[in-house]
Amino acid sequence: MHTVTEVIRIPGRAFLHFISYMGQIAFLVRDLMIAFTNHVWRLNLVAQQIVSIGYGSQAVVIVTGAFTGAVFTFQTYAKFKDFGVESSVGAIVSVALCRELGPVLAGLMVGGRVGAAMAADIGTMKVTEQVDALRVMGVHPVDYLVLPRFIAMMISMPMLVAESISFGLLASYLVAVYGYGIPAPWFLSHMVDHTNQWDIVIGMIKGFVFGIIITLVACHQGLRAENGAVGVGIGTTRAVVISSLVMLIANFFLSILLNYIWPLGNNV
Amino acid sequence: MIDRTQEPFIRIRGLHKRLGWQEILRGIDLDVWRGETLCIIGPSGEGKTVTMKHVIGLMQPDAGIIRVDGIQVNGLRERELAPVRQRVSMLFQNAALFDSLTVERNVAFPLLEAGLRDKKEIKERVRDALEVVGLSKHGDKLPVNLSGGMRKRAGIARAIVTRAQCILYDEPTSSLDPVVSDVIDTVILRLQERHGITSLVVTHDMKSLFKIADRIAMLKDGLLRFLGTKEELRASEDPVVQDFINGRAEVDF
Ligand SMILES: Nc1ncnc2c1ncn2[C@@H]1O[C@H](COP(=O)(O)OP(=O)(O)O)[C@@H](O)[C@H]1O
Ligand SMILES: [Mg+2]
Repeated sequence: MHTVTEVIRIPGRAFLHFISYMGQIAFLVRDLMIAFTNHVWRLNLVAQQIVSIGYGSQAVVIVTGAFTGAVFTFQTYAKFKDFGVESSVGAIVSVALCRELGPVLAGLMVGGRVGAAMAADIGTMKVTEQVDALRVMGVHPVDYLVLPRFIAMMISMPMLVAESISFGLLASYLVAVYGYGIPAPWFLSHMVDHTNQWDIVIGMIKGFVFGIIITLVACHQGLRAENGAVGVGIGTTRAVVISSLVMLIANFFLSILLNYIWPLGNNV
Repeated sequence: MIDRTQEPFIRIRGLHKRLGWQEILRGIDLDVWRGETLCIIGPSGEGKTVTMKHVIGLMQPDAGIIRVDGIQVNGLRERELAPVRQRVSMLFQNAALFDSLTVERNVAFPLLEAGLRDKKEIKERVRDALEVVGLSKHGDKLPVNLSGGMRKRAGIARAIVTRAQCILYDEPTSSLDPVVSDVIDTVILRLQERHGITSLVVTHDMKSLFKIADRIAMLKDGLLRFLGTKEELRASEDPVVQDFINGRAEVDF
């Protein structure tokens, strides 16, 4: 008897947690929409965030993109050689990087770096009453803390993804041409023929959506932080874990949707 | 100076608040008249800060009514509280300075957010506020590089710079040396005398209390144990009140 109630209670509680979480995110989105319609942009804060997100993520994004492109080329080459189509490596690498690997890996890495920073910064302000100090001065915390980060991420993320893809393609070129001796014109012409602008657009759309996910999840964790430094640490960890999982799940559905709009393979 | 003909600037009726399992406030009734300085005393952890946070809408009561300058504060949503917060400013117990901004920018913050754009005027008002609290030389420092007392003073500068009609001070003189404490007391008195500012002050500092208070409220066990003037406080026969103001404790150790 006892175990039966446990079996119902544990998933039941998890479900309630999920509903309450989604409710809180919905309230944050509502406050953010009100903040948008107030037309107070605080451009200096947006610029500050773009510098810290965009400039600060350069190493992360370049290394991630480049080594993903390199290792993917390295592995595909061996298999493609069996079929005698090694010069087509560029095509598969390009499509995979644009549509999946570029945005997903850049999203996860930026989520780790920027998401953690957002949750920690806002969380620290929350537990030291700086958020309350904002409120007392008539400044809504979402207007001041979340909106500038949100705008900065929506601008930065598509660019960071595009950058990550570019470095991936460059690394792939270097590995294929200089590592395996595939003639550069062959590699390039295959790559260009089998990639169209929509593959890049798909990558950037995904980056845009991932930017929204990271900001919402991380700022939410920051704004609800309590119990001092310990609470800030917990919130920061949660921000990274939750945003990573949500990005991976969202990516699957985004892929289905975007493939429906711009199908793969009709561009030859 | 104290205007008892109009509705009190702050009116609290039947304020109840529970936090977790703890019943912090169990029915507080309190009026603060326009131009009055009312001090709240009482042991630590009795809900003085919690009471203050209700006045400015940082906390919502479980039951009771709070009115500030005729506006009912309880039940208002965050964005609807803006008019109240234009009229009232607050010094936090821990000062709550913005870590990322210098002292000067912290003090300028409420002016900028209130829509003041005249750079010269902002600069002058920030300079005046810092001068009053004796921080003129430290305007370009970050809060992490200040001592506890300096941080408190920067917080006071930020609370008084907007010239709000009412200022809430949460332990303004704790962690200050006696001389600076006296300066802060004088500032609170001057603001009252010259600008008719209403003040609600939480304090443990008896010297400061007897200098600035028009009336005193003592909070104990979630209720007002005492409410009256300085003379009435001194004359009170309540042993709890007498022990508190004389700093006596009955310890069984
Ligand atoms: N946000 C909160 N959550 C839970 N308990 C709180 C919170 N804020 C204050 N308390 C509790 O309420 C009581 C009164 O706190 P406070 O008003 O800060 O006391 P003080 O009279 O010293 O200013 C304390 O026991 C404190 O632990
Ligand atoms: Mg307190």
